[in-house]
Amino acid sequence: MSFNPIIYFLTLPFLSVLLQGCNDEDTTLLSTKSIIYCSEGSPEGFNPQTVTSGVTTDATSNQLYNRLVAYSGDEHEISPSLAKSWHITKDGKKVTFYLRKDVEFHHTSYFTPSRKLNAEDVIFSFNRILNVEHEYHEVSGGLYPFFQSIEFNSLVTNIEKINEFTVRFTLSRPDSSFLANLATDFAVILSAEYAQYLSELDSHQQIDLLPIGTGPFKYKEYRAGSFIRYLANENYWQKKINIEQLIFDITPSNTGRLTKLLAKECDIVAYPIAHKKIIERPDLILNEITSFNIGYLGFNTNKPPFNNKLVRKAISYAINKEAIIDTVYFGKAEVANTIIPPTSWAYDAHIPQQEYSIAKAISTLNEAGYPDGFTMNLWAMPIQRPYNPDALTMAKLIANDLKKIGITVNIIHKYEWSTFLQLITEGQHQAVLLGWTADHPDPDNFFTPLLSCPSSKQGRTGTFWCSKEFDKLISQSLQTTDLNKRKKYYKNALKIIEDEVPLIPIAHSKRFQARDKKISGQLLKSFGGINFVEVNKN
Amino acid sequence: MLVFTLRRLNLFIFTFIMLTALSFSLSFLFPGDALTNLTGQINASPEQRALLAEEYQYNSHIIKQYWAYLTHLFDGDFGISIASHLPISSEIMNLLPATIELSVVALFIAMAIGIPIGFLAAINHEKIPDQAILFVSMLGYSIPIFWLGLLAILIFSIQLGWLPSAGRISLVYEIKHITGIQFFDILLSDSEYKWQAFQNATLHIIMPASVVAIAPMTIFIRLARTSMLEVLDSSYITAAKAKGLTFWQIIYRHAIRNSLVNVIRHVGLQFANLVTLAMVTEVIFSWPGIGRWLIESIFQRDYTAIQGGLLALSSFIFIVHILTDFIYAALNPLARDRKHGA
Repeated sequence: MSFNPIIYFLTLPFLSVLLQGCNDEDTTLLSTKSIIYCSEGSPEGFNPQTVTSGVTTDATSNQLYNRLVAYSGDEHEISPSLAKSWHITKDGKKVTFYLRKDVEFHHTSYFTPSRKLNAEDVIFSFNRILNVEHEYHEVSGGLYPFFQSIEFNSLVTNIEKINEFTVRFTLSRPDSSFLANLATDFAVILSAEYAQYLSELDSHQQIDLLPIGTGPFKYKEYRAGSFIRYLANENYWQKKINIEQLIFDITPSNTGRLTKLLAKECDIVAYPIAHKKIIERPDLILNEITSFNIGYLGFNTNKPPFNNKLVRKAISYAINKEAIIDTVYFGKAEVANTIIPPTSWAYDAHIPQQEYSIAKAISTLNEAGYPDGFTMNLWAMPIQRPYNPDALTMAKLIANDLKKIGITVNIIHKYEWSTFLQLITEGQHQAVLLGWTADHPDPDNFFTPLLSCPSSKQGRTGTFWCSKEFDKLISQSLQTTDLNKRKKYYKNALKIIEDEVPLIPIAHSKRFQARDKKISGQLLKSFGGINFVEVNKN
Repeated sequence: MLVFTLRRLNLFIFTFIMLTALSFSLSFLFPGDALTNLTGQINASPEQRALLAEEYQYNSHIIKQYWAYLTHLFDGDFGISIASHLPISSEIMNLLPATIELSVVALFIAMAIGIPIGFLAAINHEKIPDQAILFVSMLGYSIPIFWLGLLAILIFSIQLGWLPSAGRISLVYEIKHITGIQFFDILLSDSEYKWQAFQNATLHIIMPASVVAIAPMTIFIRLARTSMLEVLDSSYITAAKAKGLTFWQIIYRHAIRNSLVNVIRHVGLQFANLVTLAMVTEVIFSWPGIGRWLIESIFQRDYTAIQGGLLALSSFIFIVHILTDFIYAALNPLARDRKHGA
């Protein structure tokens, strides 16, 4: 045995691999046909009907599925999607959809559809939500949070098939936000044929884990906490998809995503940090959009002292929102004057900007009968959300502000997210930092889920505030399609909020995204999940 | 040789008993219910629990429980992970190859660079190259690996953009899990992008493997240096000189081969060190290996995973030790007569 040949033998393959790196022009690189998106978390499942979390809708809604109708343009008008047209009767109670006839479901290794989309699929998708007896209703927990929050069950009384490609929804009352709700990320159309196939195999859960949809991408592989791999749907009905693969690289750490962006391991990253650094680099682009969301301080109006609206008012004077925007959002947000962002048509420019005045706060507090202040608890949400990236710091700033008017704040930040929500729903808190992201651009999506009596009773918003007058205004607004009338109703509703202060609106955040210069196409929307259908790599 | 083998086997069995006894006792030492810790079944119904208690002899004498635990281990049943609810054995089978791959490549780098440098130092004993090499190796040995890893990412990934910072391969490439060793899997796959994938995987392994390799490399430098010095001092080298061989002939024909035998003996020892370093490095470079998984399990209080992972890793290191002992014995006849383990 001689020593030298061994060394050569061992080093040769290693060296040859290194040299191999020099000649890669002969085949087009797979990476030029793939897009890697570094996302901030793992999806809970692959069916947006059953969730509300932004992580899941980002990953699934627009990629795997389509809806009957969609939004288009800056005005967010309702436009055709799977339904090529629709008709609403004069009383607003019957909505008929005429479906496209050329829509293919995904062909995958686990299921091959034998027919195109038809009325059965639409009926299946909604009956699963509406019909408690339905075979698939209880699969994945039987919770459809979005549909419950808009009271879909009491709104839709019947869905019937008129013919192969025509479906009619019968509503219990006219609702001008009905179409907008059907265009949200959650109202996706599933395949009835796939459901049938799965129920024959008795593996119902698979419908939400191995998805079949009509969207631009189809499911290939998912490893929890690691990545999702989608392939382009070669039969997509709307257009040809430019890329071959779409990969979600799940990278929960902020710095990890930044590193991957700078090292070119990700083409696009969600919620980037270090904006300055990204702007400095000539090969990267930072995109931003003011989101349809609101971060707020909610009062438990059932518990003293916050059952007194003067106390709530006093606190609203004492909070320095500008300081919060600078410190918590690093200036990447707008001060919120009311619950609706200025880009919504229901926004009323006459709403005065919330005054920051310690003197006024003290005098209002005296008026309320608390000249010596009091001690309160403030619950800070334990997770990052675009509308509140750092609730703990925000809580500390607020505590400091309130000290100036004699209120001592105990910050509660020890529970993890699901326990936190549970305790908030039970009303354990006095005040809480929470927020809301709109699912569709209709302003009703701020009013009803945040402050209507039914959603207050559920407790998720943390206010327990209920005003008959307010509820009447927002339901009146839903019953008409006249935009000017709706504006008037919402204006009055906003006035009630301003007067009653069930919550203090703090900020509308901006959503950011950073990408490589090679990536073109619009991804971000001011509401709802991202959409990769337009995205291309040059 | 028979006595040698028997002694190693004996050692193996006793160490294995100690290891399993420790791992078994951990389920009692961890907070919570011992049976739950052992099996990972946190959501078991009372009936399932009764069945498990029977299977693991939970109500019998502790020795019987231990025996039941051993039987499960030999069936390849390590329980299920409390966090992911997947069988620990399948998790280990998925992750261990990644760690082995990283460690082996790192070991290879450490040896391929460290040993020649060590010889070079010995040949120039007490001259400037020797001192310079010793100085640099001391420096390399003292640098904390987590810092070195971050520094390497900062320079080579972020500033220069030469090497990727995370993972084993770009997610773009879809490689089927066959052996678990990425390079073999790529070569076995029938993808048209095989060579791109191979290059990509190579680029991914360079940085973590080099970072892991630094500390063992410095040790190999010293080992090779000492061993070479010893050999150069021995009488057969003097005899070779007397025969009239040139200096380089002596080095090639006699010195390198003989001093290499002594270095090989320490490879097993270094491997344990290497795997420990690899665990830290896996976290920094998001390498999907068993070390990162083990550390995550500790954070998630996944007791079943901690037990299973520790057992698997320590058995693995131990087996490598014994194997290197055998290789050493095969290379060096003198070692076979030694009665006791190294």
